[in-house]
Amino acid sequence: MSTATTHDAHNEEHPSGLMRWVTTTNHKDIGTLYLLFALMMFIVGGAMAMIIRAELFEPGLQFVEPQFFNSMTTMHALVMIFGAVMPAFVGLANWLIPMMIGAPDMALPRMNNWSFWILPFAFAILLSTLFMEGGAPAGGWTMYPPLVLQTGNAFPFLIFSVHLMGISSIMGAINVIVTIVNMRAPGMTMMKMPLFVWTWLITAYLLIATMPVLAGAVTMLLTDRFFDTSFFNAAGGGDPVMFQHIFWFFGHPEVYILILPAFGIVSQIVPTFARKPLFGYSSMVYATASIAFLSFIVWAHHMFTVGMPLTGELFFMYATMLIAVPTGVKVFNWVSTMWRGAMTFETPMLFALGFVVMFTIGGFSGLMLAMAPVDFQYHDTYFVVAHFHYVLVTGAVFAIMGASYYWMPKWTGHMYDERLGKLHFWLSTISVNVLFFPQHFLGLAGMPRRIPDYSVQFAGFNEISSIGGFAFGLTQLLYVYIVFKTIKGGAKATDQVWEGAHGLEWTLPSPPPYHSFSTAPEVK
Amino acid sequence: MTHSAEQGKKRTLRQTLLIVLGMFGFVFALVPLYSVLCDVTGLNGKTRNQPERVVYTEPDLSRTITVEFLANVNESMPWDFHPAVTRMKVHPGQVRKTSFYARNLSSDTMVGQAVPSVAPGLAALHFRKTECFCFTEQRFAPGEWRDMPLVFMVDKDLPEDITTLTLAYTFFDKQILVD
Repeated sequence: MSTATTHDAHNEEHPSGLMRWVTTTNHKDIGTLYLLFALMMFIVGGAMAMIIRAELFEPGLQFVEPQFFNSMTTMHALVMIFGAVMPAFVGLANWLIPMMIGAPDMALPRMNNWSFWILPFAFAILLSTLFMEGGAPAGGWTMYPPLVLQTGNAFPFLIFSVHLMGISSIMGAINVIVTIVNMRAPGMTMMKMPLFVWTWLITAYLLIATMPVLAGAVTMLLTDRFFDTSFFNAAGGGDPVMFQHIFWFFGHPEVYILILPAFGIVSQIVPTFARKPLFGYSSMVYATASIAFLSFIVWAHHMFTVGMPLTGELFFMYATMLIAVPTGVKVFNWVSTMWRGAMTFETPMLFALGFVVMFTIGGFSGLMLAMAPVDFQYHDTYFVVAHFHYVLVTGAVFAIMGASYYWMPKWTGHMYDERLGKLHFWLSTISVNVLFFPQHFLGLAGMPRRIPDYSVQFAGFNEISSIGGFAFGLTQLLYVYIVFKTIKGGAKATDQVWEGAHGLEWTLPSPPPYHSFSTAPEVK
Repeated sequence: MTHSAEQGKKRTLRQTLLIVLGMFGFVFALVPLYSVLCDVTGLNGKTRNQPERVVYTEPDLSRTITVEFLANVNESMPWDFHPAVTRMKVHPGQVRKTSFYARNLSSDTMVGQAVPSVAPGLAALHFRKTECFCFTEQRFAPGEWRDMPLVFMVDKDLPEDITTLTLAYTFFDKQILVD
């Protein structure tokens, strides 16, 4: 990575040591920072998940107070969504988008530096609430009033950290859009762009359209608590249900923000190892765009049970089910790409295949939840927990890990240890299913989410789930080891790295020079 | 980087910033929009907070609706508040009267505001009140109590499938909001 980077002809004056990283405006440096930060937050959020699974290992209260347990579920979600998955995607965007479209750097390097360096402060603020009087926020990451307004001293810190995360995401997204729209190499038309670039462009638009909505919603919470407004206070004419509408108007596009770049990653990896071009490129682009559009008109499926007219329930039910169409187009395109391909199964491909299979499982349970009549039974049970962990862990996180194996040889110039990579994949895949699959049964049997204790009939599946959880957690330490081992050394990677890899980033040396494509390449 | 490319970047930057600002403004515009929508449709169980004029017609004796009454006080409000009766059987179109009892248990003069809510929410617009203590704020001297009247009618357009209505009042401390 950085240590292996040789300065080229553009050798400028760089501060060295820590200040180099603080002041850097280089897209590769910032990408690295984002990715390492995401890895760190993944470990922090994972540690919280371990506490949750330890407490749920058997019925009764064993290790933690219920209040602290609720803090753990709340913080786990915030840390994983805003600290791990989103920064990991922005890190990948930083590293890859300029190299993929033949640009020397991101369009707005100074803002790029800011958007990263806001994050450590945002999370320092958020994590500091763990040590405050009244404890960390415990009302759920969705921050529903009036419950969230009862948060202790942590409340304003929660709001400001969400503001900072939002500002960081918005700046990152603006940078991506400006870069893609203006800095493509000659000949790189929109419909020639790699799919990762396309999905990120669409994700960036989702980000700038919805993060301000979240910022507005939490600002209203703040003024309700401290400045006597009544946005969500019934006494002053407000309505707490309105928060749910506003929150999910942000929240549903947000879940596509967490998965569209993963679609892009898988669309890069599968053709490489199937040694065939991506099947149905333009349908992939249109499918991504239609998913993004539909994400704005389905929000109320998160709140079927708040009381809605029948026509409302039907509209949101059908609109939600409609999303299965473009998503199905994608899954079939990946399968068609593999059809009769000369497939090999290196670690990135294993993760991509795991993604296709297990994300689809999560998609199907999503379809079940989309049905308004049955949602009344599944709402706020472990079925929902199982559903969104299938799409986020075996979906988004698996794609990010696949991406890291796929591009790490390019970034560092070293091949990772293939044997350990495969071991990591298989241990993860087995343990993650032991962890989350039984939660479907728990949910169907009626176990509510966000509770530290449960009725004894749920004991068996919870025990299995916890064992899977501990195994999955331990396995990720192996991942951390593989990543650092690859950064430090390993077999020399070739420029193309993978036999079937195509695209501008593979024309650069491994590792790429500090400034790539100072003269734009010609794309035929 | 050529001159026109720099301009292109600036233009895209302006456009994206405009979207960000527009969406931030949109959230706050949603607040009045939501109120209007709920007023029109009665979606969130809010009843009208003014006396309604009802046309007296022959009640529909073929249907009987159970109306349940709930009374709550918001936390930290030291009032005793409960309905005179917890449920009534009414016919659509019939004007009925009941009352709620409230007593200020604190040693301060307090001003409360009762906020009604009807469940199921879709019935809210069919629950018509001609007289209600919830239309105005209620001032109570220390220890004062009174029976507060409610005159209402369930109108005949109430959807067929609704047989039970719940009317819940929550008393909020108005002083806290004013201070």
